[in-house]
Amino acid sequence: MNETGIGARVKRKEDLRFITGKGNYTDDINLPKQTYAYFVRSPHAHATVKSINSAKARKMPGVVGIFTGAEVAEDKIGGLICGWMIHSKDGSPMKAGPHPILAVDKVRYVGDHVAVVIAETKEQAKAAAAAVNVSYGVLAHNVDAAQAMTTKAQVHEAAADNRVFNWSIGDEAATDAAFRNAAHVTKLDLINNRLIPNAMEPRAAIGSYDTGTESYTLYTTSQNPHVARLVISAFHGLAPEHKLRVIAPDVGGGFGSKIPIYAEEVVCVWASKRIGGRPIKWTAERSESFLTDAHGRDHVTQAELALDANGIIQGLRVHTTAAMGAYLSTLGSVIPTYLYAILLSGQYNIPNIYAVVDAVYTNTAPVDAYRGAGRPEAAYVIERIVETAARELKIDPAEFRRRNFVTKFPHQTPVILCYDTGDYGATLDMALEMAEYSSFPERKAAAAKKGKLRGIGFSAYIEACGLAPSNAVGSLGAGVGQWESAEVRVNPVGSVEILTGSHSHGQGHETTFAQLVSDRLGIDINNVSIVHGDTDKVQFGMGTYGSRSGAVGMTAISKALDKIEAKAKKVAAAVMEASADDVEFKNGTFTVKGTDKKMAFGEVALSAYVAHKFNTAEIEPGLKEGAFHDPSNFVFPAGVHICEVEIDADTGVTEVVNYTAVDDFGNIINPMIVEGQVHGGIAQGVGLALADGCVYDKESGQLLTGSYMDYQMPRAADLPSFKLGFTCTPCPSNPLGIKGCGEAGAIAATPAVINAITDAIGVRDIAMPATPQVVWKAMQPMRKAAE
Amino acid sequence: MENFNYVRPAKTGDAVKAMKKAKDGKYMSGGMTLLPALKQGLASPTDVIDLSGLKNSGAKVTAKSVTIAAGTTHAEVAGDKGVKKAIPGLSTLAGGIGDPHVRHKGTIGGSIANNDPAADYPAAALALGATIHTSDRKLSADKFFTGMFSTALKGSEIVTDVEFPIPKKSGYAKFPNPASLYAMVGVFVAQSSDGSVKVVVTGAGPGVFRVPEMEAALSKSFSAKALDGIAVKAKGLNSDIHASAEYRAHLITVMAKRAVDAAK
Amino acid sequence: MPAISMKVNGQAVCGDVEGRTLLVEFLRDKLGLTGTHVGCDTSQCGACVVHVDGKAVKSCTALALACEGAEVTTIEGLAKNGKLHPMQEAFREHHGLQCGFCTPGMIMAAVDIVKRNGKKLDEGTIRHELEGNICRCTGYHNIVAAVMAGAGNM
Repeated sequence: MNETGIGARVKRKEDLRFITGKGNYTDDINLPKQTYAYFVRSPHAHATVKSINSAKARKMPGVVGIFTGAEVAEDKIGGLICGWMIHSKDGSPMKAGPHPILAVDKVRYVGDHVAVVIAETKEQAKAAAAAVNVSYGVLAHNVDAAQAMTTKAQVHEAAADNRVFNWSIGDEAATDAAFRNAAHVTKLDLINNRLIPNAMEPRAAIGSYDTGTESYTLYTTSQNPHVARLVISAFHGLAPEHKLRVIAPDVGGGFGSKIPIYAEEVVCVWASKRIGGRPIKWTAERSESFLTDAHGRDHVTQAELALDANGIIQGLRVHTTAAMGAYLSTLGSVIPTYLYAILLSGQYNIPNIYAVVDAVYTNTAPVDAYRGAGRPEAAYVIERIVETAARELKIDPAEFRRRNFVTKFPHQTPVILCYDTGDYGATLDMALEMAEYSSFPERKAAAAKKGKLRGIGFSAYIEACGLAPSNAVGSLGAGVGQWESAEVRVNPVGSVEILTGSHSHGQGHETTFAQLVSDRLGIDINNVSIVHGDTDKVQFGMGTYGSRSGAVGMTAISKALDKIEAKAKKVAAAVMEASADDVEFKNGTFTVKGTDKKMAFGEVALSAYVAHKFNTAEIEPGLKEGAFHDPSNFVFPAGVHICEVEIDADTGVTEVVNYTAVDDFGNIINPMIVEGQVHGGIAQGVGLALADGCVYDKESGQLLTGSYMDYQMPRAADLPSFKLGFTCTPCPSNPLGIKGCGEAGAIAATPAVINAITDAIGVRDIAMPATPQVVWKAMQPMRKAAE
Repeated sequence: MENFNYVRPAKTGDAVKAMKKAKDGKYMSGGMTLLPALKQGLASPTDVIDLSGLKNSGAKVTAKSVTIAAGTTHAEVAGDKGVKKAIPGLSTLAGGIGDPHVRHKGTIGGSIANNDPAADYPAAALALGATIHTSDRKLSADKFFTGMFSTALKGSEIVTDVEFPIPKKSGYAKFPNPASLYAMVGVFVAQSSDGSVKVVVTGAGPGVFRVPEMEAALSKSFSAKALDGIAVKAKGLNSDIHASAEYRAHLITVMAKRAVDAAK
Repeated sequence: MPAISMKVNGQAVCGDVEGRTLLVEFLRDKLGLTGTHVGCDTSQCGACVVHVDGKAVKSCTALALACEGAEVTTIEGLAKNGKLHPMQEAFREHHGLQCGFCTPGMIMAAVDIVKRNGKKLDEGTIRHELEGNICRCTGYHNIVAAVMAGAGNM
C-alpha cells in the first residue's frame, strides 16, 4: 500500500492552518470599505406587519441604509425556494407559501427577518435596528406539529389546514392485509424531537457588488456554494450566474444547517448594490442561530408492526406528521418523504410497508436537513418498534433482528430502494462480541449493587446515501440533478490540482481526495492540492451533504483520473516511441511492455505541456481532464450499534457507559478520518437522545431554548470513548467500492440509547431528550409500586 | 452592548467615589455575570467600575475562621490548601462553579454581591454563618441575602471580604443545570463544633433558603440516613423546562444526602 | 476613545478601544488575530479561550481595557520559533479536530489543563476539565486522546 494512498491513516493536510489559528472562516474576512448588517426580527410567532417606521433609526450614527420588503419588491428580488416538489396522494402539488427575504405583510415565527440595517460598525447597526419601529398585528399561532391541522392559526393562505402535503408510499391494501393476518401487532407512538443543529461557527455572509464589472461576490458559510449561486441567480433573480461569485471558504461545521439558502446571505449580496457597492458583512450572534438556522427532526409518528407467530415481520404501517416550520426550507420537503420513508424497511425483510406523511406548517423556524436528514427519523421508528416487538414476544433483541435480516442481495424493498450488498449478520456478530453482550447480565447485576439501573440497547441501522441517480431523484421531484463534478489539472512539473464540486467543512477532503490522487498517480500527497468552495475557480458542483462526497465526489475525481491516465499514456507512448496499448502505468511510472523504457509521471506531464515530441494534431497538448459522475444507485452503509447505559435511580441521570459501533462502509479511504466521522455522528445521535432539545413555548410561541444557558449541547463529560469496528462489503455501484460514513453515527445512536434506557427502567417508551428529569419522572410509577 | 465609561480604581475608596459620581454605575469584579448581562442588553450602565484593580485576593485561615478577600477567584479558593483543610465543602463548591475559564475570572465577592438564585457561594455563606465585610460595615449572611438578585448592599457599598467560621464538618453537593451548568439544586451542609447543623439550598428557589427539618434531623444524627423521608415541599420552588418544582424538591433531599456523605 | 497597551504573543501592542470593547474584539478586529473565535454570546462555548497572564479565560467575557498591561497568548502565539506546541502536534496526530472552529479554544484550554493538573492525565479528568469547551464535530473521543498525548509531550 502506498503510504499516502487509499486505506492509509494519513494525517490531515488541512490541520496545520486550523491548529495555528490560520483558518479562514467567513467572519475572519474583512473587505475594504466594509459595512455591517443587523437584522430586525419578529418578536412574535405570528403577526401581520402593519407598518415599519425607520425614520428615527436612519438618523442614528453610522447608519448607511435601512431596507425592508418594499425595496426587495422594488428590485424584483424573488423569495426563498424549496427545491424539491412533493405531490400529495391525490396528485396535488405541495402548498408552498411565499417566503420573502424580508417580510412583506406577515411574520410567521419568532426571528423572522423583517428589515435590515446597514451601518459603519456592528454596534451602530445593532443600535439602529433596535430603533426601527415595527407595528405588528398579533395573530393566533401554533408551534406544535401535532396540533397543526386542527389549530385556528393558519400560517399560509395556500394551506388552509396548514398541511403542505399528504404523501404516501407503499401498498396500502397489501399492508392492511398483512395486518389482518398477523399473529401479533406491536404499536408504538413516537416523537422525534426538534433540535437545533448548532455548528460551532455561526452563519455569516459578506455580500459585495463591484460597480465596475457589475458583478456580485458573496462569501458565505455554505455546504454547497454552486447551488447557492444557482438559486440566487435563477430564483432570486439577482444576477446571471457569470456575474455572481459565491465563495464558501473554511466553514466551521454544517451538519445540514448550511445547505439551505438563507435570507441573510441573499440580503447582504443584494443590498450591497443599494449602498453603492460597499461590502456588507453579517455574522449571526449565537442567539440568532438558535432562532433562525434551519432546525432538524420534529416528527410525530404512529407506527405498527405486524408479525407472524414466529416473530417474522409481515408488515409495517406508519403515519408521520412532520413539521416544516413556518416556511419550506430549501430541502425541507424531501426530508420527511424520500429521505425518510424509503428507509423504513431498515435491515429487514419486510414484505409490506405503507407510510403516510403529513407535512405541516407551524410558527417555528423552518426545518431542513440535520445530519442524516430523514434517515435518523426512519431508523428511530424501525429500531424502536423492532426492539419493542422483540420485548413483547420475549425474543432476544439480537436474535429477533437476525431472524428478520435481509440476507440475499440485491434486495428490493417495498419502498423504492434496492439494497445492493451487505452482510448484516456479520456486523451483528462483531458487535455482539465487541460489546461483550453475553456477559451483560453480570454488568447489570454489578450496577444494581451500586444503585444504578443498567440497560442495553441495539440499533441495526441502514442508510441510503450518496445522493443519487439524477433521473431517479428527478422523477421523485428534485429540482436539480445529484451528480458531482471534478477536474484534474496536472501542472507541467507534475503537481496536481483537483477542482471538486464537493465542499469540505470538517470532513477532511483535502486529505482523503489527495489520497485518491496519490494512490492513482503514485505521487506524493503534498504535490496534490484540493480546490473547492469557490464558484469562480471550480466548475459547477452539487456540494456536500448526505454522505455523498466519497461515493459521488471521489468517483468523479476517479473518472477524471481515468482520463488523465489514458491521455498520459498516449503522451508517454509518443515520447517513448511505443504503442499506447503497450504502455503500462503503475506506482507513478509509465513503462513499455517488454522493454526497459520508463518515464516518471512528472516527466510525462512536462512532455504533455512542452508538446515537442508528439503530433499535436493527434494528441492535444496539456494534461487536464474533467468528469461528471452521476451515480447509478444510492449506497447503503449499514451497521449495528450497541449502547449500554447506567441510570442513577435517585436522580434519573443517564450515563452512557459503553458504546460499540460496527459499521460496513465498504472500502475505506482513511480509517482515521472515518473513525472521526463515526465518533462525531454518535455524539450527535446521543445528543438527540439525551441532550439536544428545542422547546418553543406553546402559549407565547417564544423559543425557550434560545441559548446555551437552556439548550444542552453534549459536552466531553457527557460521553464515553467509543469502541469501533468495521466490516466490509465493497459497494458495487462505484469503482472505489465506498459507501458513506458521515451520518451513520447520528442515524444509529439515537434509538440505541433510547432502547438502552427503556431496557434499564422497564418502560415501553420515553420522551427525547431523555434528560434527568424525564427519566426520573418515567421511573416514578415503578418506584411508587415498589414502595 | 451599549458603550460605557470604564474605570479601574486601585483603591476601594476611589471605587466608591467613582460609583457615587456615576449616573448609573455598576461594579464589576470578574465580570462573569455582568458582561453576559450587558451583552444581552439586560443592563446598560453609564459607568463600569472594575474592582479587579483593587487586587484584594487571598484567603487568611486562623484557628476559628477563614477570611477570603472579595477579589479572590473561584480557582484561587478551590486551589487554596488552607481553605481545603479548614472548610472542605467550600473548596469543593468553589471548584465546581462554571468551568475552568470562568473560575479563573469569577470572584467570591462578585458572586455574593450578585446573589444569582443559581449561584453557589450564597449557600455556603448562609450555611456557615459567614460575615460579609463591606466598605462600610459587617453583615451576617442571613441579613445580607434579601431575595432574588438582591442583597442588603447599598448604593456604592462594596464587598471587601467574606469571613467564614470554621465548622466541624462541611459538604456541598450540586446538581447542575445540564445546559448552563449553574446549580439547579445545590445543597450546602455545615455542622458546627456544637453539633448544630445548617442545611442551605441554592438554585431551587428564588433565593437561598434553609431547611429546618433537615437541620433538626442532622443535629440529632449527622448521617444521610437521617434525611430519609424528609422532603421540601415543591410549592414555591422554581420550575422550568429543565426541572419542575417537584423534581427540584426531590433533588434537594438527594443532594442533601450526598452533601452529608461528602462532608468532612 | 481610551488607549490600551498590552503584550500579545510576546509583542507589545496598543490601540484605541471603547469601554465596551471585548478582548476578543480587540484581538480579532484591531490586531487581526482571527484564530480566536466567537461561537456564542453567553460565555459557554469556549471557542474564544486565550491565556491572560498565564491563565485560560474566555476572551468574549473580558473587557479589553481590563487587560491593560496584561500578557495575552492566543493560538497564533503558541508555536515557538516555527515549531508547533506539543498540544498542537497532538491535535493533528490524533485527529482531534474536524471543522477546526472550536480548535483554537480547545487547544488553549488543553494547555491550561496540563499547566494546572500536570502531564499525567486520566480520561475522566480531561473530560471534566473540558466542561468549558464545546465541540460539535468530534464527539470529543479524539480530543481526549489528543489532550492526553499532548500533555505527555509538554
